[in-house]
Amino acid sequence: MGKHILIVDDSPSVRQMVETTLRSANYDVTAANDGQQALAYCQKNNYDFVLTDQNMPNMDGLTLIKSLRNLNSYLRTPIVVLTTEASDSMKAQGKAAGATGWMVKPFDPAKLLEVARRVLG
Amino acid sequence: MSIDMQQFHGVFFEESQEHLDTMEQLLLSLDLTDPDTEALNSIFRAAHSIKGGSGIFGFTALTALTHILEGLLDKLRNHQLAPSRAMLDVFLEATDVLKDTLCAYRQQNSVDDAAIARMKKKLESFQLSDSTVNKPSDDGFGFFDDQPLETPKPADQDPFFGFFDELDASTPAPIIEMPPAEPITTAMTAVTPATGKPPVKKTVDARETASVRVDVEKLDCLINLVGEIVITQSMLAVMAEQLDGKMAEKFQVILDDLERNTREMQEAVMSVRMLPVSSVFNRFPRVVRELSSKLDKEIDLIIEGEQTELDKGLIEKLVDPLTHLVRNSIDHGIEAASVRQASGKPSRGTVTLQASRQGGNIVIAIQDDGAGLNREKIIAKALEKNIAVDNASDDQSVWQLIFAPGFSTARQVTDISGRGVGLDVVKRNVLTLGGRIEIHSVAGQGTCFKIFLPLTLAIVDGMSVSVGNEIFIIPLANIVECLQPDAANIKSLAGQDQLLWVRDQYWPIVSLSREMEIETTIEQPTDGVIVLVESAHKHFALLVDALVGQQQVVIKSLEQHYRRVTGISGATIMGDGRVALILDIESLYENNPSEKQRGYAA
Repeated sequence: MGKHILIVDDSPSVRQMVETTLRSANYDVTAANDGQQALAYCQKNNYDFVLTDQNMPNMDGLTLIKSLRNLNSYLRTPIVVLTTEASDSMKAQGKAAGATGWMVKPFDPAKLLEVARRVLG
Repeated sequence: MSIDMQQFHGVFFEESQEHLDTMEQLLLSLDLTDPDTEALNSIFRAAHSIKGGSGIFGFTALTALTHILEGLLDKLRNHQLAPSRAMLDVFLEATDVLKDTLCAYRQQNSVDDAAIARMKKKLESFQLSDSTVNKPSDDGFGFFDDQPLETPKPADQDPFFGFFDELDASTPAPIIEMPPAEPITTAMTAVTPATGKPPVKKTVDARETASVRVDVEKLDCLINLVGEIVITQSMLAVMAEQLDGKMAEKFQVILDDLERNTREMQEAVMSVRMLPVSSVFNRFPRVVRELSSKLDKEIDLIIEGEQTELDKGLIEKLVDPLTHLVRNSIDHGIEAASVRQASGKPSRGTVTLQASRQGGNIVIAIQDDGAGLNREKIIAKALEKNIAVDNASDDQSVWQLIFAPGFSTARQVTDISGRGVGLDVVKRNVLTLGGRIEIHSVAGQGTCFKIFLPLTLAIVDGMSVSVGNEIFIIPLANIVECLQPDAANIKSLAGQDQLLWVRDQYWPIVSLSREMEIETTIEQPTDGVIVLVESAHKHFALLVDALVGQQQVVIKSLEQHYRRVTGISGATIMGDGRVALILDIESLYENNPSEKQRGYAA
């Protein structure tokens, strides 16, 4: 596989769970605590897929997505935003920011893997 | 695909506990007249994080309550709702319920559903109509552009994610500015300046990104091992003394290295267990706030030195005694506003909680600017309770009377600091932590309780003394002075009792050999060595055969392996492999000295 996924979430327990789940499916995983850290990581490395939470200190998910879309190497990278509310306005904001898709929190490991599979093929 | 979700629970509990503590602190320090947006954001995020995590890990009761809370907080931070005192109170209450619920989940007890339901109702009263979050109307996930999404979804699947090209991109996203909602009268009262609002300093949340959570048990195991190494190293030192010649020199050099490294390792391991006392102090803004409104007193809480670090084990045990003392200050110390004004004081009382490190001790002071202790009342009360008291006693000894069991000068027993237990429990708690407690009080100006605690529970600086063939350790904290007594200063009383006149007062002479029933050739105080010792309530002259030396000893519990022994606080293993008992000065000599206590310099 060797696909490298960046996950961004300020909650250690959610990070651990997402990380463990994705690793169990043989993905490489890097975790960041917030948008700012994730952006710094992305400026140094290339990830095949970025999965980010929306509500985080320092920089939220939507701001991260906008910032990533300004980087040449991340123009087409799939980015999925985690959100607890799948309202139309949230989706519209996600789309406007340049997200590839959205995913509702809470989710279970199986669903997480399904999203990863659909994105990374 | 099976991921055991339980492995993440521990982290989730820790994290949520932190979020709840953060929430409580921020709520307490929120300025109603001008709420800090960043604080509101942080409170929102805390609730949001708990909701997210609890949803994933299936702690539904937490999810339900934080969901409503989050909705309200979201409105607050977007200024669609103004915070009120009543609302803050309910939020704080909700924090309590969440803490209890978290605790129930953590201990795998059943969750108090009724409390959750009640709390939900209370929170909903602040909710504006139509604040329910849209239910996901599709797949729960989605993609926007050119994603091959040919996989048909099973009909019964919950919507959970989506890609954005499934969206009818009918409206691009203007952010919808909601008009400020119609005020609900109950929920949005005019903001009053909060009384008793604690001046909580904004602590900078220095979250280190490079930190690791470690189970306390692992740490304790480490500390134990280091303790064993310390013992082994002191055994080596004893062996080294029997070497001579060139080898001995070389050996000594290596031994010195080992000693230095061991000491540094010990300090390093100890420091891992150290936490800032802020984790205890942070509870008090709330305690003060609730109590002052209950008693209708206006009180400011000042917190100083909350970054002082203390052993985790001590911190946990400090909560009760400190709570008791703070309640005591507010209930009995600070006068009613009218009384204060009459005596020319500001009507607002002040309680100061202060922590500092003084040498090998941590000192925690609880100071109030209230009426001070009433000497006459205390003496009268003591006589009433048949406690031996002398009218001529100095203040220090009179103040110490309030630590007697069942002693309370409050006219009626209040449920606040009374609760059926008195300061005697506080004192006992402090003593079991290896500490002592002092009182300083000036009539009309206030009272200050000072708790002196050792830095750690695992190691004590001690003086080893010999009696017959035995070695005992006296904690340095208890030692005032060691001396060879002068026969002229020893006064004999009826029976075998002797007093030693030194430092302008009489000290009862206590023979350690007699207390411990050990054979010794030293009969007269002038033949042995006198160690002047003091504890929270006692001071006496301890007669031993000789001083052996000063050293740090690793404390091993006697209670765990044997049982509690009066006069002994624990045991240690000496360099030569022998076991030595550590003396507990407070319980060693059970005779109430009625003569003058040593005055402490404030």
